[in-house]
Amino acid sequence: MVKNKGTTPLAFDEMMNADSSPRQPYSTYNEWYASQDRNRLIAKSKEAENIFRKTGITFAVYGHADSSEKLIPFDLIPRIISGREWRKLAQGIEQRVIALNAFLDDIYHKQEIVRAGRIPRELIEKNDAFLPQMIGFRPPGGVYTHIVGTDIVRTGEDQFYVLEDNARTPSGVSYMLENRETMMQMFPELFHQNRVRPVENYPYLLRQSLASLAPPGCSGKPRVAVLTPGIYNSAFYEHAFLADMMGVELVEGSDLRVIDGKVKMRTTRGYEAIDVLYRRVDDDFLDPLTFRADSALGIPGIMDVYRAGNITIANAPGTGISDDKAIYSYMPEIVEFYTGRKPLLENVPTWRCSEPQSLKYVLEHIEELVIKEVHGSGGYGMLVGPTATKKERTAFAEKLKARPGNYIAQPTLSLSTVPILVNKGIAPRHVDLRPYVLVSDKVQIIPGGLTRVALKAGSLVVNSSQGGGTKDTWVLED
Amino acid sequence: MLGRTANGLYWMFRYIERAENSARLIDAGLRMSLTRSEATEDDWDGVLQSAGVRELYDEVHETLTSSDAIDFLLRDRANPSSVMSCIEAGRHNARMVRTALTRETWEATNECWIEMKAMLAKKARPADLPEIIDTIKRRAGLIRGAFHGTMLRNEIFNFSRIGTFIERADNTARILDVKYYVLLPAVAAVGSSMDNVQWESILRSVSAHRAYGWVYDAELRPANIADFLISNGRMPRSLAYCYEKIVSNLGYLAREYGETHAAHETAEQTLTALRSRSMNDIMDQGLHEYLEEFISDNNRLGQEISDGYRFYH
Repeated sequence: MVKNKGTTPLAFDEMMNADSSPRQPYSTYNEWYASQDRNRLIAKSKEAENIFRKTGITFAVYGHADSSEKLIPFDLIPRIISGREWRKLAQGIEQRVIALNAFLDDIYHKQEIVRAGRIPRELIEKNDAFLPQMIGFRPPGGVYTHIVGTDIVRTGEDQFYVLEDNARTPSGVSYMLENRETMMQMFPELFHQNRVRPVENYPYLLRQSLASLAPPGCSGKPRVAVLTPGIYNSAFYEHAFLADMMGVELVEGSDLRVIDGKVKMRTTRGYEAIDVLYRRVDDDFLDPLTFRADSALGIPGIMDVYRAGNITIANAPGTGISDDKAIYSYMPEIVEFYTGRKPLLENVPTWRCSEPQSLKYVLEHIEELVIKEVHGSGGYGMLVGPTATKKERTAFAEKLKARPGNYIAQPTLSLSTVPILVNKGIAPRHVDLRPYVLVSDKVQIIPGGLTRVALKAGSLVVNSSQGGGTKDTWVLED
Repeated sequence: MLGRTANGLYWMFRYIERAENSARLIDAGLRMSLTRSEATEDDWDGVLQSAGVRELYDEVHETLTSSDAIDFLLRDRANPSSVMSCIEAGRHNARMVRTALTRETWEATNECWIEMKAMLAKKARPADLPEIIDTIKRRAGLIRGAFHGTMLRNEIFNFSRIGTFIERADNTARILDVKYYVLLPAVAAVGSSMDNVQWESILRSVSAHRAYGWVYDAELRPANIADFLISNGRMPRSLAYCYEKIVSNLGYLAREYGETHAAHETAEQTLTALRSRSMNDIMDQGLHEYLEEFISDNNRLGQEISDGYRFYH
């Protein structure tokens, strides 16, 4: 059981019941764990670290010159989700992803949701993530968000919330794959005893999914490539890993050029056309002729090729608006508007500080709330009220008053816990979950995902940039 | 394959080759200072020259000491040819072309970097040098082994090999050029024991002091040493051997792509010249001039390969 500092009540532990018996999905695992020698597990833990280091599974932390490549700590106790729990989650995620795509198609066309008065017009049109260049254009297959990473948190047996819809370029999927690979290498017996649904075919499904959305101008077998900002990007390892696993080229902006209305890459034999570009470069940097003129990461003119139907860009430019934190607070309305049904998965209650009533409430309850920047990510620029010092809260309140529209606030959820291996045995730590979703003519949700875990006792911040680790995530066949 | 990927592979293997060569030069330098009764800083002057970093050394250090020279060659980041700089640059390129490498090749490269970074974190104590040199050679050997054992023989392989041999040819030519005067007939006539040490050091710099004895005879003769390093096609660090490999790898690319570039002609001409000219002829014309011309032609070839296969444009 977890005792949190501050006002957070006892958290729901996913492995152990209050009476110290294992929860059902963990029953087989728990038996195995009980039979293990702790020193062996600690040795295995070191072995896992060596595997990661040797393989070069690293990420870069910006602003740390001396530590340009870091390992994300891996904890070897899996996070286990039952088949029943997963079905419920998957249905909710699918509904949400379908709604996101319908929403994007709508706001770049007729804007019926605005006309219906469900979302304020300025929230869309004054949003930096809204790209006027996309108005009236429909991407191949009508798909905007080819790859989505929906962040889910859990607070109880049946309480799941969507924390964020990562609809731009969700990262972390390489950790999902490498974590599984490592677990299978180290503990093959566990995969005999438990029926764990596979995640290994993700790269294959991704490639298939991308190729199925080739643009109208593509004749023959679609050529797919992954666009990376380059070796210094924090997720470079993942970009290379995915390109390698899919068997496609990993390209940088400097490799690409628009020639004869096509995006082509410079090969040792000359220029060759690309049909589908899985880009891991932000909208702003994609095309210096259309967006930021100083971008050296993009391809001048790619937006013209895109609009002419000669390349598919995944995810589509302008999808960022759908995972904007201000839009997030409208997700229940969005889901209902486009699917005609109540959302299956709940949103975390959200106060929009742009609204005076909400701002007043947030300022009065700042010690209970998590306050986030509307456009922030990676756990930066946020305040966790209950664990912040008085000084930090006062300073943050000033920022809030100066630019209320820049913030939203949410209650501090008591995230569920899963144990991690520590020197004295196991201890519960808070977790979240990012399942990965592929959208083509169908929605495919990979059974598993990335479980991020806060390594500090009581901490609710799971981001790897802030000292979080990861776990292998099992979805059981049942 | 992307032009940038071909470029990355080419440089990855150039740097790994260079790291090994720098280690070998240090090894030869150490050996020489052991053999001599009066170890002199001149030995290290020659070593720094062979590594092509003599002037750079002076920019960083005021005086020449063996300890500073070794550190400069081993781990100074200000020296782009130091073992550590090369391993870092090689691994950087490997990371960039990660998708073109087998897991084994990448891991061997990454592990080399991890181990050498830890080993060379501090200035090495003289007593630790043999182990360090040995580790560098072993690590480079592991990369080579993983590469040969697991990589497909395709364009990726060809660009990697071309990088290796352009670098190696450059290194061998430089080593000879720095010491060419001890191989000149006039000096050789002196035949002092001092010369023997110098000659042996040349052979040691290319790990060929034992092999030499098998191919020629135990007696060190300048013309034979030059012949061994320049035109002996069986000696894996000779200029002729390097060019045989370059020509054959360029040949594979030409067949696969169905086109040739200026590089093909340059490489073939150089190889023909290496095979046809006798050592006496070269000595008569001037060994130094000959080597200077070779180094410049070798650089030009590198440029032609880069242009022909669109490394940058």
